[in-house]
Amino acid sequence: MSLFSKENGAVFTGPINLNNPVAVQVLGICSALAVTSQLKPAIVMGLSVTVITAFSNVIISLLRKTIPNRIRIIVQLVVVAALVTIVSNILKAYVYDVSVQLSVYVGLIITNCILMGRLEAFAMQNGPWESFLDGIGNGLGYAFVLVVVGFIRELLGFGSILGFQIIPDSAYMDNGGLYINNGMMTMPAMALILVACFIWVHRAVNKEENK
Amino acid sequence: MAFIKNMLDKMKPTFSEGGKLSAFGSLFDAAETFFYVPSETAKVRGAQIHDAIDSKRSIFFVVIALIPAILFGMWNIGYQHSLAIGCTDDCCGMFGQFLYGLAVMLPKIMVSYAVGLGIEVAIAQWKKEEVHEGFFVTGMLIPMIVPVNCPLWIIAIATAFAVVFAKEVFGGTGMNIFNPALVTRAFLFFAYPAMMSGDKVWVNEKYMDCINGTVDGFSCATPLGQLAAGEPVTYSAMDTIIGTIPGSIGETSFIAIMIGAVILIWAGIASWKIILSTFVGGALMAFLLRYDGAQNFEWWEQLTVGGFAFGAVFMATDPVTGCRVEAGKWIYGFLIGVMAIVIRVLNPGFPEGMMLAILLMNVFAPLIDYCFVQANIKKRAKRAIVK
Repeated sequence: MSLFSKENGAVFTGPINLNNPVAVQVLGICSALAVTSQLKPAIVMGLSVTVITAFSNVIISLLRKTIPNRIRIIVQLVVVAALVTIVSNILKAYVYDVSVQLSVYVGLIITNCILMGRLEAFAMQNGPWESFLDGIGNGLGYAFVLVVVGFIRELLGFGSILGFQIIPDSAYMDNGGLYINNGMMTMPAMALILVACFIWVHRAVNKEENK
Repeated sequence: MAFIKNMLDKMKPTFSEGGKLSAFGSLFDAAETFFYVPSETAKVRGAQIHDAIDSKRSIFFVVIALIPAILFGMWNIGYQHSLAIGCTDDCCGMFGQFLYGLAVMLPKIMVSYAVGLGIEVAIAQWKKEEVHEGFFVTGMLIPMIVPVNCPLWIIAIATAFAVVFAKEVFGGTGMNIFNPALVTRAFLFFAYPAMMSGDKVWVNEKYMDCINGTVDGFSCATPLGQLAAGEPVTYSAMDTIIGTIPGSIGETSFIAIMIGAVILIWAGIASWKIILSTFVGGALMAFLLRYDGAQNFEWWEQLTVGGFAFGAVFMATDPVTGCRVEAGKWIYGFLIGVMAIVIRVLNPGFPEGMMLAILLMNVFAPLIDYCFVQANIKKRAKRAIVK
């Protein structure tokens, strides 16, 4: 089987759209609510999960024939925990401010259902290359939802994108304008409603496939 | 009145399926059933309950019951404004004050109805259903429970949010879990807190600034705002009963709300059990907290200020989101009263607790119903067993 066969393409693109881990399987919701109040932490979180899912998939896939079946969950956890620690330290070293904003949620990637789900459902049965593609695909599918939600929340909640002020200062009520930022957007409750809207739109667009 | 009927009958084919304006069919249907009780009745199958008034007519009674509070609220807008500016412009007479309030209030009513009905009609047309009548009341309640300075575009956003997420996603009128008007207010409260609380929003700000531009001795804060800030309340008990205090537009006058309550109970629309038990619960809790030293406000005054009376009469009695079992209504209302006062007095973050108390009890209403129904089933099952 060639590296870029049709099946492998489907493994990669499936989770980004039709089998999206957040929108279709409704996994990883907690972190999607917690880290998306601004766009920058959402992007960093999405990339971290992508990297960790991809490499833990590869490692578990390589070990899949040697792991005793009864302790497989513990082995998986050790691999994921090691990768999370590496990513967490890299974030602290290079993007310290975002790492502070994400606080415990980087560490909590260990408990992310998407990761354990992919390891159990995919990496334990497939080769390293397919597992790698699957991990990247699922991570990007997760990141895509995070970026959409983070974009809307930061724009409406803070009036900015990636920290740059989009809505002019003169439009604000304090400066004689009419506009006020929507405080609800900065709360996790609104993120839940936005994720629900994302799922709503996703199902409306992909009506045929969901039947 | 016959000419309206003739006109509607003549217009009907144009709006029916296949007609020129069939895209607006649901709108026509809404207008037709608004004027006349529809001629077709439910199919004869199983037990049926017959009532002379259908839901559009009964909904309209609630709007009629709201009228005293609306009119008083309009006058109070003008009255507070003329107090605040020391009455230097020409709107000082009672009628002038009312006209001033009318001019401030009308755009809010129009925005609330236009946005809410617009969304309802669009969704009804899209799903090929009738427009339901629930929004007649919701659209009137929304402008009454916001501060007078709430900008129109914010009301529009909050109304749209409530109609879509509190009502239509659950399946429209009669299927909603939360009272849509209260969801509107909750959205405003959490999304735009600067517009919903504090002491700058309760008196119309034209020509004045509540911080440094008002007449000496005039307070722009509500009684509950003063309580929450730990200041002495500057309004007498009579002020709070008549309603000449700053506050959300419809909620200030205890007397006007009670007239509405009498109309609702007389017409059989609202449950007197819920209204009474809400007041009992609130009074009991306020009484306990009063002599616990947690507050320095007479216990019965708690019932006349803020949105307590308005919520008890017009919000808690919503037949869709409230309890349906008769015995459950006592518990439902009682807990609303208790929760409202607990939030008000013990939580420093929320000067007013009625909105959150009713929304919380909306969640528990189906559970209360379920418990009473199950208890009843058990009781009857025991009785039915013959050895």
